Amino acid sequence: MQPGDLSVILPEIVLSVYAMGALLIGVYTTKDKMAPLILWITAALFVASAFWIGAQGGGTDTAFGGMFVDDAFARFAKITILLSAAAILVMSEGYMTRRDLLRFEYPILIALAAVGMMMMVSAGDLIALYMGLELQSLSLYVVASLRRDSVKSTEAGLKYFVLGALSSGLLLYGASLVYGFTGTTAFAGIIEAAQGETSLGLLFGLAFVLAGLAFKVSAAPFHMWTPDVYEGSPTPVTAFFATAPKVAAMGLFARVVHDAFGGVVGDWQQILAFLSVASMFLGAVAAIGQTNIKRLMAYSSIAHMGYALMGLAAGSAFGVQAMLVYMAIYVTMNIGTFAFILAMEKDGQPVVEIAALSQYSSRDPLKALALLVLLFSLAGVPPLVGFFGKYYVLLAAVEAGLVWLAVAGVIASVIGAFYYLRIVYLMYFGAEESELDQGASPVLWGALVGSAAIMVLGVANLFGIEAAATAAAATLVN
Amino acid sequence: MVLDNLLSIVTFIPLIAAAIMALLLRGEDEAAQKNAKWLALAATSATFLASLFVLTGFDASNPDFQFVEEREWILGLTYKMGVDGISVLFVMLTTFLMPIVILACWDVTHRIKEYMIAFLVLETLMLGVFTALDLVLFYLFFEGGLIPMFLIIGIWGGKERIYASFKFFLYTFLGSVLMLVAMIAMYVDAGTTDIPSLLNHTFAHDTLSIAGVQIIGGLQTLLWIAFFASFAVKMPMWPVHTWLPDAHVQAPTAGSVVLAAILLKMGGYGFLRFSLPMFPVASDLLADFVLWLSAIAIVYTSLVALMQEDMKKLIAYSSVAHMGFVTAGIFAANQQGVDGAIFQMISHGFISGALFLSVGVIYDRMHTREIDAYGGLVNRMPAYAAVFMLFTMANVGLPGTSGFVGEFLTLIGMFQANTWVAAVAATGVILSAAYALWLYRRVVMGDLIKESLKSITDMTTRERAIFAPLIVMTILLGVYPSLVTDIIGPSVEALLGDYQTAVADFAADTMVASNEGGN
Repeated sequence: MQPGDLSVILPEIVLSVYAMGALLIGVYTTKDKMAPLILWITAALFVASAFWIGAQGGGTDTAFGGMFVDDAFARFAKITILLSAAAILVMSEGYMTRRDLLRFEYPILIALAAVGMMMMVSAGDLIALYMGLELQSLSLYVVASLRRDSVKSTEAGLKYFVLGALSSGLLLYGASLVYGFTGTTAFAGIIEAAQGETSLGLLFGLAFVLAGLAFKVSAAPFHMWTPDVYEGSPTPVTAFFATAPKVAAMGLFARVVHDAFGGVVGDWQQILAFLSVASMFLGAVAAIGQTNIKRLMAYSSIAHMGYALMGLAAGSAFGVQAMLVYMAIYVTMNIGTFAFILAMEKDGQPVVEIAALSQYSSRDPLKALALLVLLFSLAGVPPLVGFFGKYYVLLAAVEAGLVWLAVAGVIASVIGAFYYLRIVYLMYFGAEESELDQGASPVLWGALVGSAAIMVLGVANLFGIEAAATAAAATLVN
Repeated sequence: MVLDNLLSIVTFIPLIAAAIMALLLRGEDEAAQKNAKWLALAATSATFLASLFVLTGFDASNPDFQFVEEREWILGLTYKMGVDGISVLFVMLTTFLMPIVILACWDVTHRIKEYMIAFLVLETLMLGVFTALDLVLFYLFFEGGLIPMFLIIGIWGGKERIYASFKFFLYTFLGSVLMLVAMIAMYVDAGTTDIPSLLNHTFAHDTLSIAGVQIIGGLQTLLWIAFFASFAVKMPMWPVHTWLPDAHVQAPTAGSVVLAAILLKMGGYGFLRFSLPMFPVASDLLADFVLWLSAIAIVYTSLVALMQEDMKKLIAYSSVAHMGFVTAGIFAANQQGVDGAIFQMISHGFISGALFLSVGVIYDRMHTREIDAYGGLVNRMPAYAAVFMLFTMANVGLPGTSGFVGEFLTLIGMFQANTWVAAVAATGVILSAAYALWLYRRVVMGDLIKESLKSITDMTTRERAIFAPLIVMTILLGVYPSLVTDIIGPSVEALLGDYQTAVADFAADTMVASNEGGN
């Protein structure tokens, strides 16, 4: 260990130390009464860390002999992760308190998961990758089954754990093969060994690693856990699953394929293109029949991961840039949409049936309008920002010669538009009067209207994330 | 200088008004409804007045883009606006019709504020389509129009509105996304999304072989097909026209007017802006295909129109037939054909708008569009009968109305390009007389027998005021068509000059190639 190493991972250390300290305080004091306070402090710390990381400027630092990389790519992903995690935490307070679910462990586990995710996007070594992934996953397994007295929540946690463990196993097996055939676990070493013609063993290792990662981003055909876990988990946890961990997993995906296997693009490009097509179509088609909005959002996120993977499949720096922009837009849209879902209540009880939204627009026009904007943005209809996400990845795919993938993508987006339109149709053209409670907490209202406003106003210049994403992609792909 | 941003000002006035309405107008009471209507009328009128500056400042002898503004945008795209002789009249058509559309929905009471917002947003998007000079900016406006139109049909439409709105949205969305991929491919090929630069770029037309299939015209043909998929649906051309009758029948009157008068013209405008000048070789290769599709459309949909029992459906099918003249005129690719196509689009904007408004007048009174429910209206509604007569005749293409000029010019153009197509299309003129006059006889003529019609009242002052400008324009353009042709002439000439050069080069290339092959 070099003396400078610790300063490179200082944000992670601060968050870990804070999490452990908060855990002690929670255990030795008033337990759950402290929970709202811890939650707000955690969120504030996330935001502060995001600004801290953002202010660090350019350059690439490595620590622990290359195991941990701090570059523009990692910073972009970390800022997205931390800000979205903070937003979801703040949004979840009201919901969790009213359901009596706000235990002090909840924000702490989220903080630990965030540390894991930061590790993931900074991984420069297979071991570091696995450490980050497991720290994140273990925290999330617990959070998924936070509602201990609910069969569905317990089932969600268990299912997530079993399938997550399976995917970790696949990934670990792949990693061991990669180690066996290249003689190193460091990405810098792997990329030197994996050039030109790949040996069959390395190819197997690569395929297993990618399968494990596909589980984490819930890309078809490794998506089976997603709808059940999304449905069973408490809604704020679902919102969390749909945002920060997806960014982290996509970031990790990009790291592995470019940092470690950047020399054999042709070998993984087809796998990614297949994952992308399968996800886009499965997400679009399977969502049509859903009546539960959480399940619908699960399929929606599968489809969106397909588009993000399309950017990666391009195998170019521009593709990574497109993926990063796509993920940032996707996260923003999902925060707003879940803010709406969190506020869907009838007589104080949460409602997840889409049918309950019938004629919602006459009950609360502004919220309905905000959701309308978000849904059209999710569907990728111009002139909303969601369209630009799609435009970026399509452009990356066509530039890389994957025209068939782009054509498949746009056709899937037409199929996918149907189920977003169905919600709009219920809200605006529905026959029955909505009986949902009116109003929402200021936090939820702000998140919903704010993210809808971003979808409209961002058309002007995407708030400058393009330049940041360009810099991030440039450091990853050489 | 203000004039530097004139097009942006014209385009975004309605959007700003919509934002003001959404954010500042509160309440559901009568006063708020009234405010919404007056604000919408003021905004659309202001847009029209502003657009008059575009028309007066437009130099008709210059075939280049004018009033050009350009700004940096994201991802190497530019925010670029401008008009030439082809697009300027569509801008005028839109700004001219929108105040009329707003007046036409004066009696709507259901969620009037949202209704006005939807129309104002729609106007901005439609104007953007005709003024955008960047591929992606064009696509943004072109597709964005689906959202307000989806809501207009879905919220304020008739009984089957949900089916119609979904069909409208998904049909046109599917057509357009393929165009998006083609646009991206053009960007990758040419390295720019700037439309004036793309107009000077020659896309590869060497024969390609994909999966064993020989594609003559290569990249151009593929791009042409993708654009065709979008514009043909929007136009709509037979056989992808089936969304239109559904959408028209279910849409509220004002929605139908916008759809028929302006939205349909986007397809024709797209053909003129993209397909013909950017892919001349492919256009030439596939011209006969389009001409025959148009001829089928004219005859087939006219026959279908003959058998309709719903007035709106009848007019919708007649629109498809008239759009057949437009596509045939465009792909005849000669001065008369293209001039006639543009003229036909402008004139159809006035006539079809007026016809849908005419249906709206009696629908507001009787709440049915069944032809059988009417008869003998002339006895109680003489003014209405006169107005409806004029526009029926204009729809038929009576000399002296604008409908005649468009049909005549396109038929001349078609005749030069493909005589048989012109012969088939000409029968469509006869059929249009048959269905339009028959409709008129059944609705207006005869004795007033039906009990329910005995108390029907003639047009109100507001309704007369709505029709007055449309009557003036229809007759004015009918007797003095150079008003339009003088403006479009130079741009069309320049377009066709480039087109013919490109086609001739291609023919020479193929000749050389086949000679070499022969040796």
